[in-house]
Amino acid sequence: MQYLKDKALWVRRETLNIHRIAQETRLASSLSAVEIYVVLFYGGIIAFDPKNTRWENRDRFIISKGHGSISFYPILADLGYFAMDELKKVCKEGSFLGGIPDPIIPGYETVNGSLGHGIGVACGMALALKRKKRQERVFVLLGDGELYEGAVWEAVMFAGEHRLDNLILIIDNNKACMLDYCKNVIDLEPLNEKFRTFKWFVEIVDGHDISQVYISLKKLKEDTIEKPRLLIANTVKGKGVPRLETDPLSHIKNIPPEEIGRVIEELK
Amino acid sequence: MNIEKKTMRDVFIEEIYKRMFDDSSLFFLTADFGSPKLDRLRKDFSDRFINVGIAEQNLINIATGFALEGFTVYAYAIAPFLVMRAYEQIRNNLSLLSHTHEINVNIIGVGAGLSYDVSGPTHHSIEDISIIRTLPNIGIFSPSDWVLAERFVDYSIKNKKPKYIRFDGKPLPNIYRDGDALNIRDGFFELSKGEGLCIISTGYMTHTAIRVVQKLNSEGIHIGLIDIFLLKPVDENLLSEALNKYKYAITIEEAFINKGGLDSLIAGVLENKGLEIKLKRIGFKDAYVFDIGGRDFLHRLNGLDEGSIIKIVKDTIKET
Repeated sequence: MQYLKDKALWVRRETLNIHRIAQETRLASSLSAVEIYVVLFYGGIIAFDPKNTRWENRDRFIISKGHGSISFYPILADLGYFAMDELKKVCKEGSFLGGIPDPIIPGYETVNGSLGHGIGVACGMALALKRKKRQERVFVLLGDGELYEGAVWEAVMFAGEHRLDNLILIIDNNKACMLDYCKNVIDLEPLNEKFRTFKWFVEIVDGHDISQVYISLKKLKEDTIEKPRLLIANTVKGKGVPRLETDPLSHIKNIPPEEIGRVIEELK
Repeated sequence: MNIEKKTMRDVFIEEIYKRMFDDSSLFFLTADFGSPKLDRLRKDFSDRFINVGIAEQNLINIATGFALEGFTVYAYAIAPFLVMRAYEQIRNNLSLLSHTHEINVNIIGVGAGLSYDVSGPTHHSIEDISIIRTLPNIGIFSPSDWVLAERFVDYSIKNKKPKYIRFDGKPLPNIYRDGDALNIRDGFFELSKGEGLCIISTGYMTHTAIRVVQKLNSEGIHIGLIDIFLLKPVDENLLSEALNKYKYAITIEEAFINKGGLDSLIAGVLENKGLEIKLKRIGFKDAYVFDIGGRDFLHRLNGLDEGSIIKIVKDTIKET
């Protein structure tokens, strides 16, 4: 577990370094999902092959909240999907790493925004894999604010009806969208009851507690219940940067480049 | 082969049904939209038929997922609802994603133009050519009869790109016969070679154009007629060779004009190929059709009927 915790700290540091050179990146949204990415890719939850991104035996991973995956860039580089040097070019001319990731980036399965597309595509992949009688899983990461998109619920209904037990949805439940906390926009709670009503199997964890995230994802992957699985990961938007953690407008807030060094030093 | 009225979607679905016996990669998805010929398919291939419910956005997303896993997918619904409700899904997951991934999703929109005449403007589909043409990587098939629809099945399987298939909703007689030297990849067929002026039409309007040509022939006026069924990709060289001999071209479409439809396609070819052919455009002006009535009635109101077109042709010829 300490290994995973160290990785999470490293990912936060590298994410801040990217933000230093690419102020366009959505920092707060990317920081809330760090432990999720780390457990999936360093915790042995997901099967992957950086040298063969279309490897048939890979688990599929769709990041539907693409803007919140700048913290996924360092992981992909570290695992060998592309060179570490690429992280120094994010949003720069000639780079393939933009502010919102595109499917040209090795390691990304699909488009990663606008919001609301990922879960439907994931459902299609999951049912296709079942029709092929294959054992791979489809993981998909959504933000809670993304749940306002109607197309998400079309897919949620579909997954429940088709008993997509090879589909694992993770909601990065950071409780804030762009302009405010979700509870002040349209309250999404009780999320777990909504999904259970739609025939899903739901687990709820502290999304920054590496052990909890690991145990739950492993359980969701291995359980034999014939239902699509949801992990509600309760997270904090901007996790690790105190000024973002308490700001309802953190989605659109930047940390100026000259302050990044100090923020990195204060990371725990 | 006799002239017989058939609905394009029925013929297309029957052909897919036959192919599904030997081709296990074919999946048929619908947003709760049917057809008499679909009943057998969904019964006999229940594991490869999926009704996603009245949810066009999810239809495209689910279709994308299946295509990413290597399947050939047909995504079937009413044309305006499918291409407009799910437009961003089509853009992001089909058009954009097929830049890097092989995605064979065939969007089947039924109800091109004013097929659903009395249902009013919400159910008319007169924007679809323009809005899909603007998306890279997506082919557009706009057949005028069921023979073309049947022939397109093979193309839809072998050409592993997203495609938009716009079918008329009504039974229509066949224009083509089995023996015709049709090549889907050519994109068009020269139904009549004429002098001076050529009509270029697509879909339902080719039937009207044929009657216009026949009527004018009987009066000793011989004009050309080109039926365009593949609106994307277009073989500009082949098309310009066919058009080169004319001084005038008139496009006829059951769609908005001056907004990127067939007329814009032809204008682009003429410009790109440096052809000095004067172009006139017949279609809907910048307004929706709220009038209630049958298709012929609505066409008369909007200048898409035989008489109006013949008048434009004669006026154009006089200009020479």
